Amino acid sequence: MSQHEIALTVNGRARRARVPARMSLVDFLRDELRLTGTHVGCEHGVCGACSVLMEGRPVRSCLVFAVQAEGTEIITVEGLAPDAEGLSILQDSFWELHALQCGYCTPGMLIAAHALLARNSAPSEDEIREAIGGNLCRCTGYKQIVDAVSLAARRMRGANRPEDAR
Amino acid sequence: MKAAEFDYERPASLADAVAILAAKGADAKIIAGGQTLVPLMAMRLARPALLVDINRIAELQGISREGAFVAIRACTRQADALAHASVRADAPLLAKALAFVGHGQTRNRGTVGGSLANADPAAEIGLAALALDAEVEARSAKGTRTIALREFFKGAMETAIHPEECLVAVRFPVWPGRVGAGFHEVSVRASDFAFLAVAAQVELDAGGQCRRAALSIGGAAMMPRRIGAAEARLAGTRLEASDIAQAAGLAAAALDGADDAHGSARYRRRVAMVLAERALAEARDEALSR
Amino acid sequence: MNDAPASFRYVGKARRAREHRRFIAGSGRYVADVELPGMLHVALAASPHASARIGAIGRDAALALPGVRAVVTGAEIAAATEPMMSGLDLPKVLRWPLAVGEARYAGEWVAAVVAETRPLAEDAAELLDISYDALPAVVDPEAALRPEAPAVHPAHGSNLLYRRKFTWGPVAEIFAAATHRIQYRARWHRSATVPIETFGVVARWDASARLVEIWASVQMPKYSDQIARALKLPGNAVKVHYDIDVGGSYGGKRGLKHAVLAAYLARRLGAPVRLIEDRLENLRGGDAHGPDRIFDVEMAFDDDGTVRAMKMRALDDVGAYAGRAPFQLGKPVGAIVGPYRIAAVEYEPISVTTNKTPEEAVRGFGQAPTNFAIETGIDLVARRLGLDRIELRRRNMIRRDEFPYTIPSGSTYDSGDYDAVLQKALAAADYPALVARRDAARAQGKLAGIGISCCLEPSGGNSSFEPLLNPKNETTTWMEGCLVRIDAVGAIVAAMGTTSAGQGHETLLSTVVGEVLERDPESVRAVRADSLWALPSNSPVGSRMAIMLGAAAANAARKVKDQLLAIAAHRLGAGAAELSYRGGDVLLASDPARRITWDALVDIAHRKFHLLPPGMEPGLQALAVAEVPTGGSLPGPDGRVQMYPCYAFEAHVVYAEVDPVTGQTRLGKYVCGHDCGVMINPDIVYGMTYGGIAHGIGAALYERFAYDAEGQLVSGSFMDYLLPSAHEVPDIAIVDHCTPSPHTVFGQKGSGEAGYLGAPAAVASAVNDALSPMGLHVAELPMTPAALGELLAARDEEGK
Repeated sequence: MSQHEIALTVNGRARRARVPARMSLVDFLRDELRLTGTHVGCEHGVCGACSVLMEGRPVRSCLVFAVQAEGTEIITVEGLAPDAEGLSILQDSFWELHALQCGYCTPGMLIAAHALLARNSAPSEDEIREAIGGNLCRCTGYKQIVDAVSLAARRMRGANRPEDAR
Repeated sequence: MKAAEFDYERPASLADAVAILAAKGADAKIIAGGQTLVPLMAMRLARPALLVDINRIAELQGISREGAFVAIRACTRQADALAHASVRADAPLLAKALAFVGHGQTRNRGTVGGSLANADPAAEIGLAALALDAEVEARSAKGTRTIALREFFKGAMETAIHPEECLVAVRFPVWPGRVGAGFHEVSVRASDFAFLAVAAQVELDAGGQCRRAALSIGGAAMMPRRIGAAEARLAGTRLEASDIAQAAGLAAAALDGADDAHGSARYRRRVAMVLAERALAEARDEALSR
Repeated sequence: MNDAPASFRYVGKARRAREHRRFIAGSGRYVADVELPGMLHVALAASPHASARIGAIGRDAALALPGVRAVVTGAEIAAATEPMMSGLDLPKVLRWPLAVGEARYAGEWVAAVVAETRPLAEDAAELLDISYDALPAVVDPEAALRPEAPAVHPAHGSNLLYRRKFTWGPVAEIFAAATHRIQYRARWHRSATVPIETFGVVARWDASARLVEIWASVQMPKYSDQIARALKLPGNAVKVHYDIDVGGSYGGKRGLKHAVLAAYLARRLGAPVRLIEDRLENLRGGDAHGPDRIFDVEMAFDDDGTVRAMKMRALDDVGAYAGRAPFQLGKPVGAIVGPYRIAAVEYEPISVTTNKTPEEAVRGFGQAPTNFAIETGIDLVARRLGLDRIELRRRNMIRRDEFPYTIPSGSTYDSGDYDAVLQKALAAADYPALVARRDAARAQGKLAGIGISCCLEPSGGNSSFEPLLNPKNETTTWMEGCLVRIDAVGAIVAAMGTTSAGQGHETLLSTVVGEVLERDPESVRAVRADSLWALPSNSPVGSRMAIMLGAAAANAARKVKDQLLAIAAHRLGAGAAELSYRGGDVLLASDPARRITWDALVDIAHRKFHLLPPGMEPGLQALAVAEVPTGGSLPGPDGRVQMYPCYAFEAHVVYAEVDPVTGQTRLGKYVCGHDCGVMINPDIVYGMTYGGIAHGIGAALYERFAYDAEGQLVSGSFMDYLLPSAHEVPDIAIVDHCTPSPHTVFGQKGSGEAGYLGAPAAVASAVNDALSPMGLHVAELPMTPAALGELLAARDEEGK
């Protein structure tokens, strides 16, 4: 069995581990690091529930072997909030506009939306749908998610006052 | 859906990579972006004994203009190629094709070389490369060779690359002058594998007459096809609707006649025809605007 | 009443869903997040054949792998457990978690491997040496009914599980006298809810307590009872934890075979066992496919389009085992005429087995395919007479003044104003402008259409379909429990007894309790009991929780409120009629200065027994168990019965363009008029409606469990089973209307299945409107690009 030492940064924290070559990044995050916010939906790269940021870009963590993530910076949903108690504007906007129901696709959606807003501060509806087009949701029909990302963008561009919440 | 066990090497240089391939032969499989290979491994349809990870090899990264070519090194991410100024300016057909490859997230990992080496009959990058008569550079422990795209695809999921070779770069010829490109495909949903795709590029002279045209069709057969008859038909014309329609008809005729899982032969021929018309019209209009 | 009453404090107001707080932080607790010391993992070996005798199972190589603990086969399971119950009376159709003696579908689980990790279990499963003797398989449901077809369960004698012809009203006479009639077939191919989270279960056997503990991603009534029965344990030897977040279910996560298997293994191996389906196992062997129906329908109608009678034969292919699937032919009896005033109905449900993955419950429990079949007919009647489809519907729809309205099959629709909802939807869609847009597109040579559907969403979930289809099952109780407690410091806890899969029940519960007690819902903590508590539940099926949990929670809160009033009455020396309850304080209506505060009342209840009214129990808690409204009666000999109590209504308007060559459908404007009575939390209702519509778009255009002639599932991964993404689902506008239900505490009707029940019909209607100038019609779902493209190609060729 092929085991490898890896060192990488996850949510700003340096982590080291010894992993079998065949362990996927999502299984590593969930089972070894106990960061269970990233979810497994299909294990063949279609549903996007496993999306994480790798070097700032959203990728399917079920299609990366943990050993391949050696030396990289990974951000998961647990790393999106500013602190232990708080929520990012994007997360709060999801909550405000009911951009979720069962929550299973939500971490992946947040990652995809976060990456979009990092490079596009005023996305159109089409651009939002394109950005989340690789994240499948069975609960929401996407509309409230699109609205929430739009709201988050508006709040992030402005002063983010309480009255901006809707 | 956990992959079967494998050994893993991550060579730092191309020389190291091909040395491993030479030593291990058929037991070794290159992994680049993994967007196609890893699902196959998860389903245990692919079970390489050794994975050779080429993602950190510097010589396999990057895009540059090399004389009359845009050279894209094999491990360049599809997302980076799509965003690259040189690709957009000098290989517009490739830029259009790239926008259809998978989804943004898969383009963040998937590579240009990986897509070519995988050789899905409807894959967009290979289709654009074939249309433009691109060249593939392959390296083995024995040396380097260049493979013309017309010789590259051997069958469905099959290329001319030998097991001990690593794809190093693909070079896209730049068409100077009044150039326009068009790319159209049909898939069931937006990000699905296309079951039919058409790539077209045309060059017009100052008067609007077609100097040359390139047309390739993917998903119609076991591998992407150049439709020389259509190209010949278009050269010298003004790419009027009737010229395009006839050329598209020739493209549709090039499909093999079998019904398949995606639909009857009749349906696929009609789709091929309309995709070719749309791609050629788009290419013409883009060229006219220059 | 046409608008939501303004008199509610909290019901009907916009409010964040509290359960979302953990989901947006990535802190949900799904079954795959449960980790127990020493936990073992299961992988399954599945039959490659659709039908085969199972021979020897060589396990030596598998067991020799380090880390592999056990290999279990059907023979062992069958010896140790009771077969899983089917709802129908089918003593010869037996089912265990693993195939016993014969594999009856490709993908059926034949052996289970238990190992220290899932990858190891998969490695070992590959090493099993299983010999099969392939047998002839039957794949087509109509072929399955022929006498020469191989029987999936030979001991049962045939593939027919159920068949009955119900006749309600003078059907034959009406058809004989009818001016017009149409006859058509509507085909709803197999699809399912397919949540993004697969089914999973963790089981632990506590040997000292003699107790099975289950954590599961489940939505299943009577789950603990059925697990106990299968394991031959008393009911109180199974504890199902309901505080597991379920990543979507929409009807399908029944998980009985998974739980029985995992529990058996946990007990046998003395270690917790985890069984989580991977996606391949889920799609092929998870036994959660949906309805697979052939409807043959006739409608008799007049010159003016009045539909007088309908005959409907519904053939459903349940796959290799019975489960609850046949009941999905029974539930639609409760809305068999849709929103229309059709006087007589003949309904013939037929349930057959084939060698395919078993069918389980899907959102709507058979109503969505039935609505599709009915609406297809309504559009065809309009086409035949050259009448406007909207006008035809308006002529046939039950009018506001006709409620409560009893349909021929015996169900009474509680309330509604269908025309008002339809008008609102048309107005919101700016229907005249939509028509102009369509006509302009057609003038450009495009295939453009507008779809209309008017469909019912029965809600409240009783199970009258059980005694209807199986007279030996006299179940009329469909209850739900809730416990409300105010603790010694005045904080409120409300307990429910089931899982949730995104429906926002914690928010529902706190809103209802807050409304009755007049306390901020944010101050109410919603918790979940496990199955050993005295909190009966029938789980969130049949759009029932707003009605049922709403009723139980309101009743429990009311009991506590009555207790507070009684304490105050005793303290103030006043009668109940003289008191006012204000936000938790109680005061004398005639002299408001004389009051007792919430805190003081709580204090008396918990600490000052000497101040309690005589005979009152100390503390402040109440349990309420609600029975489904209008429930409690058995079907008559002709099958007439009250199905669900409350009837919500949806009117869909959707614009579509179909590419004349590729056959791709692009949806444009989508409006849904929706009336589910009073909405307890509007955003939650909207969310489920948007999601239901997306789900319906999938069924109409993209999703199909396709089989080849040998019974192999060819769409067994997400590369071929296509779920709609944000590109395929358009923006959707919902306009609501409110006709409260007379049966419920706030006038709420259920809404969990909204959108899905009308969307497939609406999309089909739009595509057919687009194809109608070419004289084409499609009544088969999904309407894939290849299917439409083929139709268009053939038409083109004829025209040449």
